[in-house]
Amino acid sequence: MKISRIVSLVIVLIAASYFLVPLYATFQFSLQMLRGQWSFQAYRSVFADPNFLSTLSYSAVTSLVAILISTLIVVPTTYWVRLKMPRVKPVVEFITLLPLIIPPIVIVFGYLRLYGSDSLLPLTVSSAGTNLMLVIGYATLSLPYVFRSVDNGMQTLDIRTLTEAAESLGANRSTIIFRVILPNLRAAIVSGAFLTFSISFGEFVFASLLNRPAFGPYLVQIGQDRAYEPAALAVLSFALTWACMVLMQIFANAKPGASRRRRGAAFNPLARRKTA
Amino acid sequence: MSFLTIAKASKSYGATTVVRDFDLAVGKGEFISFLGPSGCGKTTVLRMIAGFETPSAGHISIDSRDVTLTAPNRRRIGMVFQAYALFPNMTVAENVAFGLKVAGADRATIEARVKDMLALIHLEHLAERYPYQMSGGQQQRVALARALAPKPQVLLLDEPLSALDAKIRVSLREEIRAIQKQLGITTVFVTHDQEEALSISDRIVVMNGGRADQIGTPFEIYNRPATRFVASFVGTLNLIDVTVADPAAGTVKIGEQIVTLKEVLAASSGETVTLALRPESGSILDGARGDTALTGEVVSSNFLGSVVRTRMRVGESLISFDMFNSPGFAPPALGERVTLRFSAADLLVLRD
Repeated sequence: MKISRIVSLVIVLIAASYFLVPLYATFQFSLQMLRGQWSFQAYRSVFADPNFLSTLSYSAVTSLVAILISTLIVVPTTYWVRLKMPRVKPVVEFITLLPLIIPPIVIVFGYLRLYGSDSLLPLTVSSAGTNLMLVIGYATLSLPYVFRSVDNGMQTLDIRTLTEAAESLGANRSTIIFRVILPNLRAAIVSGAFLTFSISFGEFVFASLLNRPAFGPYLVQIGQDRAYEPAALAVLSFALTWACMVLMQIFANAKPGASRRRRGAAFNPLARRKTA
Repeated sequence: MSFLTIAKASKSYGATTVVRDFDLAVGKGEFISFLGPSGCGKTTVLRMIAGFETPSAGHISIDSRDVTLTAPNRRRIGMVFQAYALFPNMTVAENVAFGLKVAGADRATIEARVKDMLALIHLEHLAERYPYQMSGGQQQRVALARALAPKPQVLLLDEPLSALDAKIRVSLREEIRAIQKQLGITTVFVTHDQEEALSISDRIVVMNGGRADQIGTPFEIYNRPATRFVASFVGTLNLIDVTVADPAAGTVKIGEQIVTLKEVLAASSGETVTLALRPESGSILDGARGDTALTGEVVSSNFLGSVVRTRMRVGESLISFDMFNSPGFAPPALGERVTLRFSAADLLVLRD
């Protein structure tokens, strides 16, 4: 083996250990709750806590709503900008990058000032209003990721020509968006959605400052109060995020017809005739 | 009575005018090609017919109905794009059925029409394939079937063969022409490939700088180019600068040799005009016919298989001519003096 290959191997191993050693250490520590033996006691204890499931489901629901909001905003905007106003694309790109530049704490304080109890639109006075602010905040945080993945999806799709092809065949705007554009953006939307989910699922700053019963603040609270459970929770949330990434890969690489042969056949007039 | 009429159409983007005063009348069932270099406005005219661009001035009508401001989805046009533009999420059959579904046709009609269309392009066996599972040529045939399925009034083809390799290009263009004749559909075909345009069109519109330089049959365009641009763009051509000797008699001087043209010249004596001569219109064989002869020195001679291409110098001009290969004819040697015979009627006087 050449020297250069050994050097690169060593570099890769060092880099990998930087991530893997803490992960392994956390996992090992999470198994040591009962003295002198390995056990999943910490995990049992986590699942036994009613707050665990309630914060988990609260965060799951808010994340899903955030995905819905950001998709509904980003897909039509990106489509329209690419089709009709390509010149404003840099502006839109810049706006979607803002959540990466402005710290979440600044955004949430801005929201509190704008929508506080003495404002014109006092969202913070009710629980529903505050929930709304939280999901809007999450949608904001996810903008850079959702926009980029949808925009990339549209780039590979050549939406202009597809739109014109559909128009020449007599389709109106809504038919084009729902029958041609959206189905072909499925992979891009799903990967944007999983990124949004993994960001907002364990988010702390927004949830904590808005005082919402979310998973992020719960994690921090447990971290202060307990010894072994935080390690178990960290491993669990890592597994969840990792599962999101795997799903994203699967959806991103799926080709039409590979996973939905049957559904494709059901829409196919010739196939129907043959099976009848 | 023309079926598709474009009257004084212009298109400007800001200060840039890409199409100016474009007039064209296309008969029902006619196959028209727009031929020109990139940037000449041919695709813009096509997109105005399709409705993707609105003319800055002028009118477009299809079947006596003014469609200048009609939305593309209400024009009943079929369009085939260079990039195929099949819907990637749909099978071949679903792609072809799309226009009919949008129009609200019933299931039996759609099934029958899809079947007919796939039979027309000989791809019945690929009905359930997805676009990414097919070759470029197959995708473009599906795109053609999809465009034809809703029975459009006009078929528009935007450089449909440019992305394909040479062999497929020739076979597909023949197929397109055969299908067009079979269906009798009025067709506008955009291309920058002169051979394509010459081989499949009823008429050709040669475009240059946003204008139609000449509109005519392939035969007219090739043999009677109206402008210097048309002459140089369509086919290869010798451009020969000559000095007018006697405009009334139509005599000109090429070097020291006098040639009598078949027409009276508008220029005055001593002025320079440009003549055009196709490389295939002359011969140096003994006994070659022709009322005109030019003698010159051979500067190059290339054997290309079926054709021998020779260049000779006459005065200041280089004249290139092609002759069919024959085992009894040895290509002329460099420096040899040869006499090219041709008909004076083949010499065209070009205007700019």
